[in-house]
Amino acid sequence: MRNHVKYRIGKSIGFQALTILLSVACVVPLIFILVYIIQAGITKINWQFLTNLPKPVGEKGGGIANALLGSIIIIATSSVIAIPFGILCGIYLSENKNSKLAYWSRLCIDVLQGIPSIVIGIVAYFWLVKPLGGFSSLSGSVALAIMMLPIVVRSTEETLLLLPDSLREAAYALGMPFHRVILKVIVPCGISGILSGVMLSIARITGETAPLLFTAFGNPYLSTNIFKPMQSLPLLIFNYATSPYNDWHDLAWGASCILLIWVLLLNISTKLLTRKWKVQL
Amino acid sequence: MESTIIRSINYNAYFGDNHVVKNVNIEIPRNNVVAVMGPSGCGKTTFLRGVNRMHELIPGATAKGQIMLNGEDVLEMHPIFVRLKIGMVFQRPNPFPNLSIYDNVIAGYKLNGIKLPKAEKDKIVEHSLTRVALWNEVKDSLTKKGSFLSGGQQQRLCIARAVAMEPEVLLFDEPTSALDPISTSTVEELFHELKKNYTLIIVTHNMQQAARVSDKTAFFYMGELVEYDNTKQMFTNPKDIRTQNYITGRFS
Amino acid sequence: MEQQSDNAILTRPETNSGRVIISDKTPEPMSDTKRIKKSYRQIRAEKWFRHLIFYVALATIILVLGIMVTLAWQSKLSIQSSGFGFLWGKTWDPVRDVFGVYPFLLGTLLTSFLALILSIPFSFAVAIFLGEYYRKGWVPDLLKNTVELIAAVPSVIYGFWGLAVLVPIVRGFETKIGVDPVGLGIFTSSLILAIMIIPYAASLGRSMIQMVPANLKEAAYSLGATRWEVIRSVILPYTRSGLFAGIMLSLGRALGETMAVTMVIGNTSLIPKNIFSPGNTMASVIANEFTEADHPVYLSALIELGLVLFVVTVIINMVGKRMIKGFSN
Repeated sequence: MRNHVKYRIGKSIGFQALTILLSVACVVPLIFILVYIIQAGITKINWQFLTNLPKPVGEKGGGIANALLGSIIIIATSSVIAIPFGILCGIYLSENKNSKLAYWSRLCIDVLQGIPSIVIGIVAYFWLVKPLGGFSSLSGSVALAIMMLPIVVRSTEETLLLLPDSLREAAYALGMPFHRVILKVIVPCGISGILSGVMLSIARITGETAPLLFTAFGNPYLSTNIFKPMQSLPLLIFNYATSPYNDWHDLAWGASCILLIWVLLLNISTKLLTRKWKVQL
Repeated sequence: MESTIIRSINYNAYFGDNHVVKNVNIEIPRNNVVAVMGPSGCGKTTFLRGVNRMHELIPGATAKGQIMLNGEDVLEMHPIFVRLKIGMVFQRPNPFPNLSIYDNVIAGYKLNGIKLPKAEKDKIVEHSLTRVALWNEVKDSLTKKGSFLSGGQQQRLCIARAVAMEPEVLLFDEPTSALDPISTSTVEELFHELKKNYTLIIVTHNMQQAARVSDKTAFFYMGELVEYDNTKQMFTNPKDIRTQNYITGRFS
Repeated sequence: MEQQSDNAILTRPETNSGRVIISDKTPEPMSDTKRIKKSYRQIRAEKWFRHLIFYVALATIILVLGIMVTLAWQSKLSIQSSGFGFLWGKTWDPVRDVFGVYPFLLGTLLTSFLALILSIPFSFAVAIFLGEYYRKGWVPDLLKNTVELIAAVPSVIYGFWGLAVLVPIVRGFETKIGVDPVGLGIFTSSLILAIMIIPYAASLGRSMIQMVPANLKEAAYSLGATRWEVIRSVILPYTRSGLFAGIMLSLGRALGETMAVTMVIGNTSLIPKNIFSPGNTMASVIANEFTEADHPVYLSALIELGLVLFVVTVIINMVGKRMIKGFSN
């Protein structure tokens, strides 16, 4: 009997060891990838790299300025579209939780979350590229905004639902109208959750390529016109990484390093900021 | 000036089909403290929340009848106007956690976008906090957040917040049930002071509290107003058998 | 009751009654008409705001409907010309207007399922590690954050790394086992995909496992069960549907993944012979050929492929989410 129990205990410890092993093993490829990319890219980054435009193959001194600026403009435009829209929708869903519209809207947000990014790119192509007669960064921003929406709506709704009703009651009892209860009391108390949703959505689209393939399309020159094609960091990486030229591979490594650090910083700062801004209820 | 400030006429309240408050007719005299007591689920809180139109915030809640405030029907007015004249203090203290003590007191003005000069705001804050005997305790930490106060202090802050709006009536929904005994007696002392300037309606499940603080007491049972009388009379010589059973502890 | 006071009597015109404040230190009462006027404005603004959020919520529904309609409408041409043969046609030849997507369906299924099989042991290990063995402390926090970071890395970076590092390794491996040493192909894509989808099943699994009520586990322990036995006989059955839902969501993610796969799968429209062959997935073919589609039927065929992808991923995601909701209740 005792031996059998020892055997069972041994099996249990063995399973625990296996779990630890596999968990640690998960982390290994990630760290390896991170280190490799940073190593490969960091040497390529210098001031010229950040401020020059890509040069034709064979010429030295190319840079990724167009992609950097393009990424910033595209992300900013997407945010302007998606954030107010998403927060307002989240407010509706949390304050009218049992209405029919809320049920269907929540369902549609769930559906949106599951749509592959390339399909959203297709839709943006037909909504904006064809009618406007050409590729544009605006169409890319719209596609990315659609991808941001579910994250912002979800986090706003969940944050506001977590706030106790007593907060709303205190505000109503002071004679506040609905919009002030929401905008002056509820949203400020939930700002940390809403903000984290916003930052996560931005982090998500910063690295997105597929929806931009046939919307923003890419541009070898510096551009600030949202009605014309624009380059973005992930697009540049894709184009240059899959090209046969070593010079362009170098550009892609530098760009990858920058993109990776950018995205990681966004994610880490989201975690830190939301911890700091949480309101003690 | 009429001596009755609030009169309810055949007031009924429902949650969907559930008839929770049945045909309440009550007259609240000005500058009195009226206690509303009764066992759990008797409709006393629902009635109270009907007075300042908080009842309808719950989906599916409806009300019929009239509640006259100085001759005007509260159920016909827009809720915002009602709540400017009738303030409420809740069971669990609920100061706004993201505002300072100062901002909490004038929240009714600030969050409603009513701009006042700083001097006037300072006056209102000091006046309201003095009225609730909190001024001396917090006057040096007005910029701190309200959530750092003790439970009793937070509740007094909520009373100050309601008082700052200069209402005519103050409604209290079991205001001391979440407080320790010392804070409870501090708040009860306030009632004696506050009634000089306001009319107080206090829902309580604590009979002794009703006996201690109120001029008149209303006893609710199963949604009906069973008995309403001067407090001394009610507790020494109740007229209804149900009131008598409640007071003697046959049920709670 | 009337009381005297030194200060002005405050009258409220709209109620026709006087009220007196008694106190030594009455503040200057705020003009009541100002407050009343403000309240009227606020009532109007309140209506406007309620309407605003209503229409925004409505707009999300219209958005999704619009997406579905656009996809369906643009696929019409291809549906009319290829019919059902689209789904099981083995040849994809845009030049001759023959559009059969079977190779891509196969490629998608192979890469996704292979990726799932490779990633599940790791996802589960992390889920059990964080949900049962080590719930609190800086070590599990570190692991949790690191695994979440895996999901944060952009797909195109995985693809580039795969191209530069993994492909040569796989090429070497292929030489050893005697297969065409291309490096690119289904196998390599599955490897990268497996890494990318670990966080999804892991985080869902962890929250499911954490939700197992303590008293159930205690009942087992009190009967003398070891930790492994509690996991096997209490936790796993209890969370079975939740874990399965996590797998569904990982699958949904794998199906829709485009960039990393496109960069290492080899991009050929031929049916893959074995897992080391190059191939294409539905998403990668759209990514590669969309801008090359030079005639309407070609473009429409790609859109129809997008429609198929849309329907499949949405169904899998919805099923997964329903299962999670069912589990949480």
